[in-house]
Amino acid sequence: MRRNILSILTVVAAIVGLWYAACIPMNMHEATQRAQRAGVEVTPATASERLQMGGIALALKNPTLWRGSFGQDRPRLPSPDQVVTELWNTTGAMALSGRAMSKRSLVFHGWITLSATLLGFVFGTGLGIILAVGIVHSRAMDMSVMPWAIASQTIPILALAPMIIVVLNSIGLQGLIPKAIISAYLSFFPVVVGMVKGLRAPGMMQLDLMRTYNATRGQTLWKLRLPASMPYLFASLKIGISASLIGAIVGELPTGAVRGLGARMLTGSYYGQTIQIWSALFAAAILAAILVGTIGLIQRRILKRMGMQP
Amino acid sequence: MNDKTPVIQARNLDLTFETNDGSIHALQDVSLDIMKGDFVSFIGPSGCGKTTFLRVIAALEAPTGGSVTVNGMTPDEARRARAYGYVFQAAGLYPWRTIEGNIRLPLEIMGFSKSEMRQRIDRVLQLVDLEGFGKKFPWQLSGGMQQRASIARALAFDADILLMDEPFGALDEIVRDHLNEQLLRLWDKTDKTIAFVTHSIPEAVYLSTRIVVMSPRPGRITDVIENTLPPERPLDIRDTPEFLEIAHRVREGLRAGHAYED
Repeated sequence: MRRNILSILTVVAAIVGLWYAACIPMNMHEATQRAQRAGVEVTPATASERLQMGGIALALKNPTLWRGSFGQDRPRLPSPDQVVTELWNTTGAMALSGRAMSKRSLVFHGWITLSATLLGFVFGTGLGIILAVGIVHSRAMDMSVMPWAIASQTIPILALAPMIIVVLNSIGLQGLIPKAIISAYLSFFPVVVGMVKGLRAPGMMQLDLMRTYNATRGQTLWKLRLPASMPYLFASLKIGISASLIGAIVGELPTGAVRGLGARMLTGSYYGQTIQIWSALFAAAILAAILVGTIGLIQRRILKRMGMQP
Repeated sequence: MNDKTPVIQARNLDLTFETNDGSIHALQDVSLDIMKGDFVSFIGPSGCGKTTFLRVIAALEAPTGGSVTVNGMTPDEARRARAYGYVFQAAGLYPWRTIEGNIRLPLEIMGFSKSEMRQRIDRVLQLVDLEGFGKKFPWQLSGGMQQRASIARALAFDADILLMDEPFGALDEIVRDHLNEQLLRLWDKTDKTIAFVTHSIPEAVYLSTRIVVMSPRPGRITDVIENTLPPERPLDIRDTPEFLEIAHRVREGLRAGHAYED
C-alpha cells in the first residue's frame, strides 16, 4: 500500500514538474513583452523578431525572465497552482461563503452538467439493456439492430449534437433533455455490446439445465442470463458513464449555452480565459473520476453480495 | 425385475447429427426398457452415444428415428411434466447463489411455496450430507461437495427419474468412491429410477442393477448385463470374485463391440 502511494506520488510529481517546465516556453512571448514594457533588456529587442522565434528558443535566450512566465492573467498555458487556485476559488471558497449555486461557481455549472449526464446515463443504460435483451432473444433483432448501433457510433458526435439540439428545440424541448439525449446516444453503445456478451455468457450446460426445469424464457433471463451478465454490465457502465459526461459537455457547446462545464469552456475560449478553461476541464475530469469510482464501488458491493469475488 | 413397470422405453432409436463434415451416426437401432426402481449404467468409450441417449430421454436432443417414451409420455411431455432431474458432468452451480439458493432454483421456477421450499431444501441437504453448508457459496466447497449439491438440486423437486451424465467423472478416486457409496444409499432411500452414464467399469458394476454396454461408430447397444450382486454393497465388495466376474463380462462386452480399436 505504502509503495503504491509512493509510486503514484512520483508519477504525479513528474507530471506537475513537466507542466511547470512547459509553462516557461509557452508563456515566454508574453513574459518578454511585459519585461520590455517595464524597461528590462530583452533579446531579441523587437516584438516582430520574437514572434518569429519558437517559445523554447526565446526562453533559452532570456533565462532571467522565466519567472515572468508564471502568474500571468491570460497565459497560454496556466500553471498548476493557478488552476488549483481558480478551482478552489470557484468551488470550495464559494461554497464556504454560501454562494455555491452562484453563476460563477463551478459547483453550479458542474451540477448542470452532472444532471444531464445522469439522466442521459439512465436513458442510455436502459435503452442498452433493452436492446441487448432483444438482440439475445430475437435473431431478427440480432441481425438488424447491431449494425445500426455500430453505425450510430461512427458519426462524430460533434456533427450530430447541433442537429439533435436544433430538432428537439423545434418541438419545444430545451435545456436538460436534449443534452441528456446526446449523453444517452453515447452511453447506450457500450452497454449494448457488454450486455449482449454478458447475456450470452451462460454456457450450453447451464441453458440445458434451465430447459430440464422447463423454465420459461423470462425465467431463464431473470435467474440465469441477467445475474451472469453482471460483471459485463459494470464494465460497460464505467465506459458508459464517462461517455455520458462527454455527451453532456458536447451538448452544451453548440448552443452557446451559458450554464454547465461545457459552457464554461466555451466562454473561456471566447474571452481568452485559459485559466477558466483549464479549471472547467479539471472539474470535468474530477467529476468523471468520481462517477467511475462510484460505479466501481457499487460493483464491488453487488458482486460481493452475489458471492462472485472471494 | 419383470414384475416392475417400465418407465423409459426406447424402440429402434436412431439419431444422426448433420455436421459440416458430413453426418454422424450417434445412435443406431437402440432399444431398451428401464424399469421402475432400476439403476441402469451406460458404459462405453467416448462417441458411443451414451450421453446422447441420456439427452434424448431428457428431450435435450430429438431422435431422427424410432420412439422413446418416458412415463408413457413423449420425452418432451415428460420434460414439461418435470418427470426427471438431470445431473451434469460439471456441478454447474450458479456462483452468485448460495448452496441453498442453487437448490431453490428449480423450486422457484416450478413455483413452490416458501415453506415448501424450506422443507425440501433441508431434506435434500440432509440426503446428500451437506447440512450446515446451505449458506456457503459454491467456491467455498470442494469439488465433491459441489457435485453433491448439484445432486441435491436435481432431487429437490422429487422427480421419479434421475438422469446422471458422468457426474463423478471429474473427481478423484477417493472422493468418487465415497460419492458412489452415498449415491447407492440415496437410491435405496428414495426409490428413484436412475440412468447413469460412466466410463468407469468398477463404478458401473458397483452401482447398477443393470449395465448397458455401448459401442461407437455407429453408437449402439452391444450388451445388457444383469448385475447379480446383492443390493447391500459395501465398498470392499469390489474385491470379491463375483464383482470381478461381472467386471470381466463388461470388459468382454466392450471388447466385443470393438470399443478398444483405434
